[in-house]
Amino acid sequence: MQNQMQSNSDSVGVQVIKSPDQIMQEIAEHKGCGTSSEGAKASCGSSSGSGDMAPEVWEKVKNHPCYSEEAHHHYARMHVAVAPACNIQCNYCNRKYDCANESRPGVVSEKLTPEQASKKVLAVASTIPQMTVLGIAGPGDPLANPEKTFKTFELIYNAAPDIKLCLSTNGLALPDHIDAIKSFNVDHVTITINMVDPEVGQHIYPWIFWNHKRITGIEASRILTERQMLGLEMLTAAGILCKVNSVMIPGINDKHLIEVNRAVKSRGAFLHNIMPLISAPEHGTVFGLNGQRGPSAQELKALQDGCEGEMNMMRHCRQCRADAVGLLGEDRSSEFSTEKVMAMDVQYDAEGRKAYQQQVEQERQATVAAKEAELADLLEEFSNVKILIAVATKGSGRVNEHFGHAQEFQIYELSTEGSKFVGHRRVDLYCQGGYGEEDTLPTVIRAIADCVAVFVAKIGGCPKDSLKAAGIDPVDKYAHEFIEQSAIRYFKEYLGKVKSGEIIHVVRGDAEIRQGAYIAA
Amino acid sequence: MAYKIISSQCTACSACEPECPNVAISEKDGTFVINPKKCSECIGYFDEPQCVAVCPVENTCVIDTKYPRYQAT
Repeated sequence: MQNQMQSNSDSVGVQVIKSPDQIMQEIAEHKGCGTSSEGAKASCGSSSGSGDMAPEVWEKVKNHPCYSEEAHHHYARMHVAVAPACNIQCNYCNRKYDCANESRPGVVSEKLTPEQASKKVLAVASTIPQMTVLGIAGPGDPLANPEKTFKTFELIYNAAPDIKLCLSTNGLALPDHIDAIKSFNVDHVTITINMVDPEVGQHIYPWIFWNHKRITGIEASRILTERQMLGLEMLTAAGILCKVNSVMIPGINDKHLIEVNRAVKSRGAFLHNIMPLISAPEHGTVFGLNGQRGPSAQELKALQDGCEGEMNMMRHCRQCRADAVGLLGEDRSSEFSTEKVMAMDVQYDAEGRKAYQQQVEQERQATVAAKEAELADLLEEFSNVKILIAVATKGSGRVNEHFGHAQEFQIYELSTEGSKFVGHRRVDLYCQGGYGEEDTLPTVIRAIADCVAVFVAKIGGCPKDSLKAAGIDPVDKYAHEFIEQSAIRYFKEYLGKVKSGEIIHVVRGDAEIRQGAYIAA
Repeated sequence: MAYKIISSQCTACSACEPECPNVAISEKDGTFVINPKKCSECIGYFDEPQCVAVCPVENTCVIDTKYPRYQAT
């Protein structure tokens, strides 16, 4: 694995890179950006519940794993790779290795025809009843392949009308397709907007293909940003929910994303997802080859916190593949290869899916109730202490994964205001075949180095000692309990120990964001 | 002359296929190919050859010198 943290100092690209501290300071000063309009959020905080969103928006997104942090514990999504062509070039993407950020770094297993894609969706929906969302995200741009994209939507809309349809686009062709998007009842669109200033954009986009011409330089970004803003305004006018994705590229658009946040909020985007640049030389991208680094975990969090003043920030994005299947952070696509799907006798079981989803609904309510109950007496306390904890989970909102089996940890921030989901960290699998791999443990520790504790269902004696030595408390007493309820209980104990002088609270350092694709083992 | 696609470079992204004004591009054995008999180098249609302009991999759509210069009729 590429050690990005240590290569920061020598990773100077075409521009002067500021120190992480400078960047974080500037971002922090922008806390609460945007106008103080009547649209201000009721509460700053997690996107974990309905509290942050207008009721009609919450109704639309509450079962959407890519839009609602809480839903992603319970519901699954899939992407079908029917759209290989693209109409722009990004410096973080090399099509020979597929799209590094939007889809995932790597290659989609195979591209599908609309007919194959439709059968695959029905097969997955029948096998995984919590699969509620079908997205088209590439590996190119869905709207640079409008016929394939809309044919796929049409087939699925007719066969399985309960599945939500969504698409993710760079926005260049978006204004031309609003009516088609509306006609197939696509009510969730994601636009990737990395800049609203062509001066910034010219360092991200070398060219666009527009009106039968390849356009380069600042002109390319001028056209792109105009089309993105127009497309966003048209979506809002048409009543289609729009999320904005931005790739955080330190030294190029990190501070500028605050302006992007303001611009997209004022045009009606309801959720902003700032993702870290994935960049390594082996991806063969311009940024990978010129040494452009991605942000550290705390730089990313500082920017997300700075933009959170008035707009919901998404922090659970896994930057997953354009052909991913399953819960976020999980990939079951290998079970559904074209060969296997074509051989399946698919019976779409709408009733069975409904029954399963009702059961999930009850579980979700129990999770929320448990958290509320635990939170009640914490809110009376007051303290400046804030800690992060890492959690190993397989979903359902519970601490239910072994330390050694975890491919990612979910990160929660605890304060006297309660618990807040602030992100996740991918790690290499520590335990393979029942034996801990000694050399992967340090990378796991670096990924959660800013956390006070790690909650697991189970953990071996050896990693336990290493974690303790690194100042991270390994906690297995909440095995199979609800995550947030347990986290709040732990925090109350922690505060108690700080008050009694049993432990001294120290602010922990930064952590590393793993570079490279999420690939299911 | 006509354009040709270097198959080892082609990602089979299909971006070129619908852009060709002569419908000269089709998929063959997992990559895309240009029918040299149909290719007009986009002369008479556009200022630049469309396959070259849209291709995400540099030096993949190139002039095939085996063929004589295209003559617009």
